[in-house]
Amino acid sequence: MAASSQALEVQEKKELQSREEKTVPARYYMPNTDIYETDDALVVVMEVPGVEKKDIAVNIEDDVLKVEAQIDYGKYQDFDPLYSEYNVGHFARAFTLSNKIDQQAITAQLEDGVLTLTLRKAAEAKPRRIAIN
Amino acid sequence: MLLSDPFDALFQFQRALDAFRTSDWLGTSLSGSGGYPPLNVFRKGDDIVVITEVPGVRKSDINVQVKGNTLRIAGTKTVLYGENVSVHRRERRGGTFDRAITLPVEIDAAAVKAECRDGILALYLPRAERDKPRSISIS
Repeated sequence: MAASSQALEVQEKKELQSREEKTVPARYYMPNTDIYETDDALVVVMEVPGVEKKDIAVNIEDDVLKVEAQIDYGKYQDFDPLYSEYNVGHFARAFTLSNKIDQQAITAQLEDGVLTLTLRKAAEAKPRRIAIN
Repeated sequence: MLLSDPFDALFQFQRALDAFRTSDWLGTSLSGSGGYPPLNVFRKGDDIVVITEVPGVRKSDINVQVKGNTLRIAGTKTVLYGENVSVHRRERRGGTFDRAITLPVEIDAAAVKAECRDGILALYLPRAERDKPRSISIS
């Protein structure tokens, strides 16, 4: 299922619309996310350009996976905008998980601005083959 | 005492970027096929900095060329899934891109620097010495 060689189009960044408001007015964005399931894990792949490893927080509570990724906008400090096609901001997104996850076995990897979370399914959630006598 | 709040500073920055959303700084010079990757252009001192978001694009898959005042950014973004997976959600897109812009200022093509980190491609374009504004002393 590799990407075809079609021309890429700009995906407009979606501003995060969450149920709770942040107390500060700065805008958050929703990272483009792929989610797929393998036999033993749920894999969440998020695009968080400009975020460093140390500025990512992942947590699962009550079957809700929350990811918050902060950019270091201090890098833009001496920059005066001349022309703009996209805005910058922190990223946040939450998903309700339908699988039971082994919280101790979550791995995260960040490469080229793409965060890959591998959430191992808890033992009881794995499909079990039933032998038929 | 009013603390300078970094979040408030970010908000101000976001508003500033919004204000330049319709900037005609690049005029009608946009060419190339399509608008990916989206660009932000900044001025830093005398120089120009072009920043784009290219998450998931490997450094080795990006090709940046400068000729005169024209900048070309081309490459391929690959989005792969493993075998035997069931896809729940698919929002990331792969494909090829090729974009050229012509800057309204003269740049020193030989001194252009490109940096790609954490899915952000930054191009530092020093302004050509002969194009820099010169102060004239009044005698």
